[in-house]
Amino acid sequence: MNAPAYNFAYLNEQTKRMIRRAILKAIAIPGYQAPFASREMPMPYGWGTGGVQVTASVLTPEDTLKVIDQGADDTTNAVSIRKFFVKTAGVATTEKTEEASVIQTRHRIPETPLTEDQILVFQVPIPEPLRFLEPRETETRTMHALEEYGVMHVKLYEDIAQYGEIATTYAYPARVAERYVFDPSPIPKFDNPKLDGCPALQLFGAGREKRIYAVPPYTRVKSLDFEDHPFEVQRWDQSCALCGTRESFLDEIVMDDHGTRMFVCSDTDFCAKTRGER
Amino acid sequence: MSPLLAVDNLSKLYGARVGCREVSFALWPGEVLAIAGESGSGKTTLLRCLSGHVPASSGKVHYTLRDGRSVALDEMSEAERRLLMRTDWGFVHQDARDGLRMGVSAGANVGERMMAVGERHYGRIRATATDWLKRVEIAEDRIDDSPWSYSGGMRQRLQIARNLVTSPRLVFMDEPTGGLDVSVQARLLDLIRGLVKRLDLAAIVVTHDLAVARLLSSRMMVMQQGQVIEEGLTDQILEDPQAPYTQLLVSSVLQV
Repeated sequence: MNAPAYNFAYLNEQTKRMIRRAILKAIAIPGYQAPFASREMPMPYGWGTGGVQVTASVLTPEDTLKVIDQGADDTTNAVSIRKFFVKTAGVATTEKTEEASVIQTRHRIPETPLTEDQILVFQVPIPEPLRFLEPRETETRTMHALEEYGVMHVKLYEDIAQYGEIATTYAYPARVAERYVFDPSPIPKFDNPKLDGCPALQLFGAGREKRIYAVPPYTRVKSLDFEDHPFEVQRWDQSCALCGTRESFLDEIVMDDHGTRMFVCSDTDFCAKTRGER
Repeated sequence: MSPLLAVDNLSKLYGARVGCREVSFALWPGEVLAIAGESGSGKTTLLRCLSGHVPASSGKVHYTLRDGRSVALDEMSEAERRLLMRTDWGFVHQDARDGLRMGVSAGANVGERMMAVGERHYGRIRATATDWLKRVEIAEDRIDDSPWSYSGGMRQRLQIARNLVTSPRLVFMDEPTGGLDVSVQARLLDLIRGLVKRLDLAAIVVTHDLAVARLLSSRMMVMQQGQVIEEGLTDQILEDPQAPYTQLLVSSVLQV
């Protein structure tokens, strides 16, 4: 039921053109936050208005779309965004990572390795990694321009001083192509190594903050760390209770009021594939 | 030998209002210069022009780099000037909250400059921070505490440690003892005097307190309405002031 009142993928062609120009700029300068004239979308800020605008601008009628939220295909945010594009663009959708050509994600990178034919679109709440240390936008822009990133390590220092290790577990800052430090959106740091040298194009959209940035295919992404406290990802003692894998990011689920817990894959498609249920 | 800082006819106007007018002087390596005068006489404006925080309306400031090259501040790129500010220079604010990063611990405050110039070894940063806290008489076990939990005097000492950690050659101080009670002032002055001597620092200290000038500086300038009205050796000016305003200033000091 493609409502004829809408242009393909909701946004009008001039708006998509403007956003594509910002995307091209972002790809040309990996990790740089390109400003764009973010539109009001028919969903609240914080629901992925940036990601939705990027997806709308790169989508073609032949594309197959996958939408995930925290790794799952069946959560509210994923379901409503998928429905939005089915309604406004009429594109095919899938839950299988390898079948999708465009994947919009909130807070995860799929476990299944991505390919050159895919585009991964991230929803970003706060694009500026320096924001919590430097509230002035004029100052953070200057710091990016002059590569003054020492203050990023102040945050990591503070972690080690307070907790004995780098306690930042998500939105872990990384450096793209040895130039810009960027915030890879609130993905767990478990996913940071997947950003590095990824064959797929990775686009990041922040609707409220009006910024788009990108990691082009096969680009070096290095997570920040100290020489004597190197970057490490999360590890679990358990394996997934459903599929038994030890390789994926696990969610902890509380089962009852007596503290029974279950660890399962956060990537539902990967879990189903490992179980052989699809 | 060339002067560390050479100031030539520096003026700063705010529209028709005068911040400071036609100031010229030279500061030599290891020398401490005090700038005294009443509120509104242009001391702080002058300091902010010298340190590159605000652009001057006219005049030149030349700084001699470590390699002996002399550079004009207004001809440097912003990147060079900012690098200079966090390596070769220090700035001690009157209110420590302006000079410290209040949201992070004392150790991170001291370590920030090291990280800004590329140090990436946590152990070394922490060891240096610990050493500097000891040198400014802050107990080692306060290293992970927030500056909010520090007293005024401790914050000021922390600010000094944070500035000196990259061994600068020139430190600007804007009323470093302002707002502290007299016994704390005395200890802080003692500390600054010791550090300046030991590290062979050059410093420009802005103060309205003649006792601070007497204790810290070898030379001083007296300002009134944006102009330097008297300059010379500190002892000479305080013992035998020539300008009427300086005479008034010296005679106004309370004797206990």
